[in-house]
Formats: sequence, C-alpha cells, structure tokens
Amino acid sequence: MLLTRVIPCLLLQDDSLVKTINFKKPGYIGDPVNTARIFNELEVDELAVLDITATNKKRKPNFKILSELANECFMPLAYGGGICDFEDAKKIFQIGIEKIIINSYAFERPAFITELAEHFGNQAVVASIDVKKNLFGKYQVYSNAGNKKQKVDVVTWAQEIEKFGAGEILLTAIHQEGTWKGFDTDLIKSITDAVDIPVIANGGASSINDIGKAVKQGNASAVSLGSMVVYQNKGMGVLVNFPDKIKIEKTLS
Amino acid sequence: MITIVDYGMGNLGSVFNMFKKIGVASIITSDLEEINSADKLLLPGVGSFDKAMQKITTSGIKEILDQKILIEQTPILGICLGMQLLTNSSEEGTEKGLGYINASAKKFVFNDNKMKVPHMGWNLVNESTKSKLTEKFIEESRFYFVHSYYVEVVNQENSILKSNYGLEFDSAIQHKNVYGAQFHPEKSHKFGMKLFENFAKL
Repeated sequence: MLLTRVIPCLLLQDDSLVKTINFKKPGYIGDPVNTARIFNELEVDELAVLDITATNKKRKPNFKILSELANECFMPLAYGGGICDFEDAKKIFQIGIEKIIINSYAFERPAFITELAEHFGNQAVVASIDVKKNLFGKYQVYSNAGNKKQKVDVVTWAQEIEKFGAGEILLTAIHQEGTWKGFDTDLIKSITDAVDIPVIANGGASSINDIGKAVKQGNASAVSLGSMVVYQNKGMGVLVNFPDKIKIEKTLS
Repeated sequence: MITIVDYGMGNLGSVFNMFKKIGVASIITSDLEEINSADKLLLPGVGSFDKAMQKITTSGIKEILDQKILIEQTPILGICLGMQLLTNSSEEGTEKGLGYINASAKKFVFNDNKMKVPHMGWNLVNESTKSKLTEKFIEESRFYFVHSYYVEVVNQENSILKSNYGLEFDSAIQHKNVYGAQFHPEKSHKFGMKLFENFAKL
C-alpha cells in the first residue's frame, strides 16, 4: 500500500530559510543546507523548497544552494521559484532534484509545463496554485508569491494545468498558511474532485489530526508542512522537527 | 568501483551522491572503453522505454553490455526504467528490451480514480526469493517509487521483492548476475543505502 507523503515545505529568501504567515512577515529559520540535513536525518518522505523572492526579483534559481541541498538529501526533492527557462530546468534536474515546481510562469506561458513534462516526464512537474479566500468567502488565485491576482477560477485552472501535463498540484491556501489553523479542507476537496493527478495540500497544518483531515476529508494524496516542522509550537522558537511516522500512519489508516 | 552508465536519461547525480555517502567509489560515464572495463555496472533510467533502448543501441552500449553481462557475468543493477530495460519488452513501447531477465513491463490500469498513475511515493516491499541484494534488510524497509509500468517475471524465482499497488508486482528482480529495482534506492534514505551496500559487496 502506498504511504501518504508528508512533505516539509521550506521557504528560501536569498540565502536563508524563512517562514511566513499568510505569505507575509518572513521570520528567520536558519541555514537552508543545515536544515535540509536535519530533515534528511529525520528521514522525511520528500522535501519541497520554494524560493519566494526569485520571481519577483527576476532572479534565477540559486543553483549553488540547490546543489548543496541535493548532496544532503537522500529523498526526493522538489524545487520552485524563478524557473522560466528550459535550460535552467535542465540544470536543476542534473543537480539531482527530481521535481520542478512552477507557479507564476504557468500564467504567462502554460505550454512551458507541457515542454517540461514531455522532456522529463509528468512526474517531474509540479504545478503550484496559491489561493486566497476573500472577504466574501470566494477563492481567488494568486501568483508571484501572493502579490498578483489572477483572473482564473481555481478549479478551472487546476483542470487546465493538468491538461498541460502537470503531474501533481501543490495547493496552498494563503489564508491558512502559517496560521496553525488547519488546512482548508473544502478547497482541497474541490480540487481533488476535479482532477485525477495527486494534490499536495499546503497551508495551515498544526497537528497530525490536521493531516488526517486533509487526507480523509479532502482526499489529498500528500500533505505539506511548514510552521509545524520548523517551530516548537505556535508562537515558540525555531525547532526543526517531524511528527512521529507511526502516529501519522495510525491516523491515516 | 561502480560504473554508472550514462546513456542520456536519468538522475545520475543522486546515484553518485549516495554511493559517495556510503564510501563506494563510482564513475558516471558514456565512454564505451570505460563501460567495457567495469567490474560492476549500474543502469539508471527515467523516461520512456523506446527512447532509452534506442539510445543504448545506437550508442553502441548495448553490444558492450551483452558481452559484459552474458559472457563475462559482470553484475549489473538496473534502477526504475533501468530495471525494465533488463526485461524482454514493455507495453510502453515496441522496442525489444535487453532481455537479460525473463520478464516484461506492463501498464498500471485502474478504474478507481483514487488509484493514481504513476505509482508515486513510498511503499513497502516483501521478500519473495532470498537474494544477496536484499540481505539483512532493515525491517519494514520502505522505498520511493515513481513508475507507470510495472514488471512481471515469468519465473517466480526471479522475483526477489514484491510490492502492492492495486495489484502485486515485482519490485526487485534477479537472474544470476542481473539485478533490478523498480524503486529509487538513491532516494530512499538508509533503506536504499543498504541495497547499494549489498550491491557494492557482491
């Protein structure tokens, strides 16, 4: 039986790891390579690294840090941030990173997803969708690290990028991210009902119980954790950690 | 020394990194001379079956592999697509496989939309036949898989590990000096390191 993947999601800002709240207020966590090394020792299922300023600063991915990360990680590694060039993508795969995460550039040129998928396989291309619930309870899609509102319906967009060849969707609820208030299960469900590819739920996890809800109620194929794996607890200091695997499996079975 | 065969497809850096981590020397090469002088071969692979077979054949690597594997009995480990290439054929394409193990690759087909293809993520393995490759495995060993086609052996003694994803399939296979693993040991923490150590010790 396939085990549900639980994926720490690390945010890179220049040379440091940070953690945000609703995509704002980046708080310093530590050195990316050291942190990745700890997650490797904790034997996490997979690791996602997102460079949250690359696109907005029109900067290329930080290949130096990425290759140091790849040297430390004996688990699958996914990277997103500032990728809009085939050669850069190729370089990232050569470094030893398995998956590329595309968000902002998919709005400019969705065919880029197709090009990557055709060359490296669908499993290597993750489409990231950032969603914010507005005051009226309506879901709105954002790109550029939450800075740019996109005029697409989230369900339609998810279906479109599936057709373009994305192998997975990383679905982030901006309104939950960093809040410890749990995943937006309704949002997850609306996407998992609409697409056949795996959906990774992201944003808001505070406990194993939340992971259980995302999987059982939202039908997420995987979950991504932020604050929960870099802080001791809400409002407390930095502590790189990972929930007990046996407890996760029990909750999910 | 492990010779990692570079025929233009696959995540070679990760394989190299893991051998380095366990203190085993390896080289990544497409040079026919170097492949020809290998004491142990590793055949990685990500991508499509036909494209891989075409590259292996036109580059001249196939001819050398045939000599090394069938005549010299050099140990070889195929990973993921690399394992499927060791078999006779795949439903993914029309090219003939290397045919070192009497098996073939079939497509995962499910009616249930909860069963996603590719089979991607961590799964468990069960020993089906004892093998040096899987000796002293850590209990509850789990491995990272990414594949849309699975291998089915013809003779059960060639199946050394089995896994379950909607159906039972052969997740590691062996015939004499020819070994294959469907999962990615290089991305499977200590569980993968153990398999690489076993292969290096053969």
